[in-house]
Amino acid sequence: MASTAPPLDTPPPGMLAPPPRRVLRHHWLVRLTHWTNALAIILLLMTGLNIFGAHPRLYWGDAGSVDHRAGQWLEIGASPPWRDPGGWLQIGDQRFDTSGLLGVSTSAKGAPNIVAFPHWATLPSGRDLATARSWHFFFAWVLILNGLTWLGHGLVSGRLWRDILPSRSQLSPAHLWHDIVEHAKLRFPKGEAALSYEVLQRLAYAGVTLILIPTVILTGLAMSPGMDAAWPFLDALWGGRQSARSVHFIAMALIAGFLALHLVLVLLSGPIRQIGAMITGRLTIGGAK
Amino acid sequence: MILPRRQLLTALPASLALAGCDALTRNPTAQAVIKSGEQATQRWQRLVGRDGLAREFSAADISPVFKANGTKLPTNPEWQALAAGGFADWRLQVTGLVSRELSLSLADLKRLPQRSQITRHDCVEGWSAIGQWTGPQLAPILKAAGLRDGARYIVFLCADDYGGEASKGGLQSKSRYYESIDLVDAFHPQTILAHSLNNQPLDTAHGAPIRLRVERQLGYKQAKYLMRIVVADSLAPFGQGKGGYWPDRGYEWYAGT
Repeated sequence: MASTAPPLDTPPPGMLAPPPRRVLRHHWLVRLTHWTNALAIILLLMTGLNIFGAHPRLYWGDAGSVDHRAGQWLEIGASPPWRDPGGWLQIGDQRFDTSGLLGVSTSAKGAPNIVAFPHWATLPSGRDLATARSWHFFFAWVLILNGLTWLGHGLVSGRLWRDILPSRSQLSPAHLWHDIVEHAKLRFPKGEAALSYEVLQRLAYAGVTLILIPTVILTGLAMSPGMDAAWPFLDALWGGRQSARSVHFIAMALIAGFLALHLVLVLLSGPIRQIGAMITGRLTIGGAK
Repeated sequence: MILPRRQLLTALPASLALAGCDALTRNPTAQAVIKSGEQATQRWQRLVGRDGLAREFSAADISPVFKANGTKLPTNPEWQALAAGGFADWRLQVTGLVSRELSLSLADLKRLPQRSQITRHDCVEGWSAIGQWTGPQLAPILKAAGLRDGARYIVFLCADDYGGEASKGGLQSKSRYYESIDLVDAFHPQTILAHSLNNQPLDTAHGAPIRLRVERQLGYKQAKYLMRIVVADSLAPFGQGKGGYWPDRGYEWYAGT
């Protein structure tokens, strides 16, 4: 028989909110793969910028070199007298003065340095293609194996749908607009709502993990003459090796943009609580407003 | 030392992000760990594509100018004397762990069955150029010499002393260029000793009279100005023991990536 009496552990209406409680927010495997991915992405970015410095030009198509620039669309360079202002970024026919950052920057010792990206952005900090390459390829393996682990777990456990992919209702224009407004006002989910990602967060995470990271991996493989011979679809997929190199660079820039935004939002939404949750897995919800 | 996961996860990225990064790249243990990635890459590429063929392009895809890199004019007097004589006296020696040593003239190499392939040359720096290479396959030459037991590597000794470029890092001492490949690549059908680029005899900048083409690896493997092929069981006796001019300077010996 149905009872009209409320269950004993439910506070009567008008009383205080339930006491704060610690809940498991992030599975241990998600935490482990998150931090492994963070390490790999940062080292891949920094070594990649060092590698780019060996040939700071991008082309569309199969081939391209300083002696064959038909497909070139981007170049970072420096003009005499190779000090401020001498560094530039050229995209198509547009040339932008980027002295101090791109083309010419200041070395750790304070001298003008003619290099695509500044020393603080690259690993190793000085030009060293051999070391940058071996680190890049090592952490490419880490990125791939770690990503496959995360993806396999997400698929098998269903977390990919529950936590990352937006639901159909979340994708409605009204819902999307609401979440955009909430982000613009820097109002972040509290209480039970913090136990699940909102739609913009889901779109960002799905975009990075399911589109951008697979793109950098597949374009990276397409730059390998050995892999192109083994899997001829690899360079065909991107319209040639130099196109793959260009897409690799663009996807890298988008990942770097995501990383910056991600860090800013973590800082704005309570860094101790957020980073703590990604380390311990546990989040305190409820309690104090 | 075992750190609690919490400490490890916070300490590791933070310490790496700081200036310790550069020091770590010079740490021998870290270097050994990082180098394991090269082994993994080589094994993986052999697993998925041991017999794969590099893509061959059409004549329309040939780069109008094929960039020449590395040595563009050997200063070695022996090579210069051979070049002055139109390479009539040039001989390619095939020695080492072989049953019969060979000494092949340019005419001998041109009398062998020829292979012509339009392939993409990928420089380690990042650029690519497409060209048509013509010459005999390496495999029948090795078979004619007869590989003896223990043969594992084919080493290519060149005529040029290369000075390296400071911008490319690593050890910059000037020394004789050489390269080496394993038997899988040596017997690959697209591995040829090219005497022509785009149907013209190789010019000086591109490696006259003969350069190696090993199409599934990067440009630095495509050794120019070939003088001698040595069949070997170990790479230790050559150069600084890493199997090539650039591998001796920190680059991967297996240059498939």
